[in-house]
Parts: sequence; C-alpha cells; structure tokens
Amino acid sequence: MRIAVCVNHVPDTETKIKIAADKRAIDPAGVNYMLSPYDEIAVEQGLRLREKFGGEVIALGLGGEQHKETLRKALAMGVDRAVLLKDEAERDSFAVAQGLAEELTALHPDVLLFGRQSIDYDSAQVGTLVAEMLGLPSVAVVVKMEVEDGKVICEREIEGGHEVVETQLPAVFLTQKGLNEPRYPSLKGIMAAKKKPIEEKPAIAVDVRVEAIVMHKPPAKGSGKIVGTDKSAVPELVKLLHDEAKVL
Amino acid sequence: MHILAFAEQREKQLKKSSFETVQAAKGITHQLGARLTVLVVGSDIEGVAAALGRYGADRVLVVDSPQLERHSSTAYAKAIAEVAAREEATVLFLPASQMGKDLAPRVAVKLNAGLASDCVALHVKDGEVVATRPVYAGKALLDVRVTSPVKVFTLRPNVFTATPTDGAAQVEKVAVEFSDSDFASVVREMKVAAGRPDVTEADIIVSGGRGMKGPENFHLIEELADVLGGGVGASRAVVDAGWRPHDEQVGQTGKTVSPTLYIACGISGAVQHLAGMSSSKYIVAINKDKDAPIFQVADYGIVGDVFEVVPALTEELKKALGKG
Repeated sequence: MRIAVCVNHVPDTETKIKIAADKRAIDPAGVNYMLSPYDEIAVEQGLRLREKFGGEVIALGLGGEQHKETLRKALAMGVDRAVLLKDEAERDSFAVAQGLAEELTALHPDVLLFGRQSIDYDSAQVGTLVAEMLGLPSVAVVVKMEVEDGKVICEREIEGGHEVVETQLPAVFLTQKGLNEPRYPSLKGIMAAKKKPIEEKPAIAVDVRVEAIVMHKPPAKGSGKIVGTDKSAVPELVKLLHDEAKVL
Repeated sequence: MHILAFAEQREKQLKKSSFETVQAAKGITHQLGARLTVLVVGSDIEGVAAALGRYGADRVLVVDSPQLERHSSTAYAKAIAEVAAREEATVLFLPASQMGKDLAPRVAVKLNAGLASDCVALHVKDGEVVATRPVYAGKALLDVRVTSPVKVFTLRPNVFTATPTDGAAQVEKVAVEFSDSDFASVVREMKVAAGRPDVTEADIIVSGGRGMKGPENFHLIEELADVLGGGVGASRAVVDAGWRPHDEQVGQTGKTVSPTLYIACGISGAVQHLAGMSSSKYIVAINKDKDAPIFQVADYGIVGDVFEVVPALTEELKKALGKG
C-alpha cells in the first residue's frame, strides 16, 4: 500500500498572534512552529496502515525551507521519505492543492491522508480540493477508519453525530482528533530521520484566487463584571442574564 | 449577476444554518442588484423547499432524485456545480456546516472558482463581495476578496441571522443526470447522538474544564446544559485526559463556537481555548481563581467554587425558567 500524507507547518496553539506591519498576515517573529496537530494524526494513521498492510508512507509538504522541520518530525515518527514542494510565495488553499495534486498524480498513492484542517488559516479545503482535482472520493473529519477488501469504512463527525461512509480506494481521508493517538518520535526515530532524504523540488506556479485584504484583531471584549465570589451571587447572575443580556 | 445559495437538508429537514445562508445571500443579492436562486438537493425533498421563501428565497430549484437517498458528496457536488453552471451563477453561498465544508471545495474545483471558507461577515465594496473569516481559530480576522470569475463562500453556522418573514418561494424541479462513478463514496448510515445539540449549532453551551476535578462531576455540567436546552463543551485538558469525548472539545484543536451564551465552568482559559469561544455573544465564567484568563473575556464572572455555584445556578434557572 502506498500512502501519502500531506503535512503543514503552523504556529503553535499557544501562540499569541501579532499582526505584521503590512496588515495582511501575522508577524512570524518569535513564533514557534510545529506540525499541524490534525496532520500529526494523519501521519500516525499512515504509519498504522503501513504496519498492517505493508508498503511505504511518503510525507509531502508545500512551502518554504522551514517546512523541512515539520517533514523531519514526520520522518522521526516513522515516515519512509519526504518531499518538499518548495515555494516561498503566498498561496491560497486552491494553489496549495494544485501544487500537491501535481505531485500526487505522479506518486499515485492508494491512500491520501490530510489533517481535517490546518490550524493556521482553518480553511479545511486542501484535502477535498486535492480529491476533486484528482477525481477521487474523499471522507472528511474521519474519527474511525477500517480497511477491508479494498474498501474503506469510515466514521466521520457531523453535527450531533457520526456518518458511516463507505468508499473505494484510492481515496482521500481528512483526519480528526479521536481517530488515533499520535506516537512520540523515539530517540532512534529522531536519529534515523536525520539520515532519511527530503527530496526538494519547486512547486508548480499557479494563480491565487483568494486575496488577503487586511488582517485585524477581533474586537476586544471589555472587561466584564464580577458578580460575586460564591453561590449567593447566583440570583444576581440570573437576573443579569435575563434583564441585561436578554439571553434567557 | 446571478447568485446561488445551497440550502442543506438532512433527513428531509432544512438546517437552521441553511436559513442563515439564504438570508445572508439575500442581503448580498440586494446590495449587488443581483438575482438569487436557492438550491436544495436530495431525495423526496420537494415538499421542504417552500419554507425557504420565508428567509428571502423567491426562486428555489430542487434536484430531487431517489439516487440521492443516501448522501454522496461527489453526487451532491456535481448537482450544485451543474446547476450553478446552467444558471450562470457567479457567486455561490453554502453553509460552513460539515456537509457544506465537504461540498464547497469540490464545487469550487468544478467551477474553477476561489473559495473563502467559514466566513463570519460579508459586505459589498466597489461591486464585489468582501468576506471576513477568522484565522488562527479566531485569534485574528482576515478580510478577503475572491478574484476568480466564479466565487464560492461558506458561511459559519450560528453567526448570521435567520429571521422568518412572510415571503414565499416558487419551487421548480430540475434534473441532473448521475452515473455510477458519482457514487464512489456513499453514506451507509447515520449515528445520531440523542439529546443535546452539537456545540457548533447550540445557542447555549455549558463547558467544563480541569476545575471539574474528574469525569464523575460532569453531570453538574450536563444538568445545567439541560435546563438551558444547551450543548455540552469541554476544554482540551479534559478531553486529552479522557474525561469527555473529542467532539465536545472547544478551542483551536477542537471546535470554534459562537453561541449566544457560553458558560465556562472550571476553565482557566488557555490561549487556544479562548480562541475557540471568545466570539460567543455572552460569556459567563465560574472559576475559583480570580486571575484566570477566562475572566478577561467573560461578561459576567463568579469567582467561586464550581461545585457550589454550578448546582446553585442550575436550581435558580429551573425556577426562573419555570422548570422547577
């Protein structure tokens, strides 16, 4: 089984965002970057599929030199090899998907894994865009995945429940928290990752369709009212919710 | 100019997020001097479409086929893209529900369109749609424009208003041909969790954090949620500890929510949690640590013991809401 996992390099969840001087993106100074958490689940799923069915797992990234750090993490977790489609320019999801789709066409994997969204732009588009570009079925927000006789039965999260989706392979899967518990890279894995190749090639040039105009902070919340310090404040709280906020 | 809005139905019920999408699309249609058509896709759903008239749809098209009895994203996306192309629609709106988020990228590729997802505000500037979308789980907002000839937007549920009016829609059936290859993936069954609304759709959310001290105490959260008819949320810490299921997690690696009222119980307010819930309209925090960051975003706070305050609040609300 050939498994491709697409990974993204994103600011850590504890990051406090500062907007850059041009007001079109964040200021990356002092920001710690990491493998996007949902992509980490995708990597883990790829490794588990290889453990069960054999084959190889290839990690794919698209972006600048710094994305190697994230690919290195995937290699340390146990991915066989990595490809960086190099591009320093700003891309929207569509342009990222076009770059990945081009490479994935050549790789021809049986299983394509993505995180359900990157935790930077939260667009939740790339995996499904790639699926459509390659003419493949896809299942998003996957929390359970069983492969049997060339078919895959997935459970995906929807509002207030799960959908059980059946699909053929090859197919694209967008992984959600709960699907698995990603492993920590072992020391041996980290050492081995240093020797594993990261192939570099330029990402194909494409047009951007979604343009950033301006990035701004959400309106600051005025500091609220401390209603009290024990349960005697509860009637007052209910009154405020009813009369002032009018939410009851 | 022609605008197409997709209205999602599940189990032959139109979703509230669809009404929100239609009404938001109607607003933009009006500002652009355009024409709005609403599309409903499914099997045996012609009857449900008329309700969209009350949210601003004058014309509703229905792709109604027994082949769509079981949901298939590939077939649905084909139906939307084909109708959009036939109608020469250049702006499309879908709800950013799980279904909408699954369909919109496919529709975008079929129409060679740019897609701005999960928008929380829309306005028209110089004759084009400018959309505001949260990034970094809402730590920042980004205004974007779509530059391709066809533009697709998905709208975050629970953000846009859906106020019924006395309008009426004219419903027309349209045919789309499907082949076997359109059903490469199909939904076999739905497992619907009983009872409480999902946090992404709930008007009121009661969330618990590490201050609840253990999974055995979450009945306090559930009881408060049930009095309010709300959903139950959880912080990352308690989900990671296995106290609560993943689908309740609110925050940057969970769900981003915008309810009318968010009650945080025993949640200190890590950056990634605040990102996921600070767009709630009203926030109540109950925490014994007066310095907890959650109080910086809370409209109302009680600095106190959750094990005393939460049950007292449940009882008081029972009285106030006449459920006692």
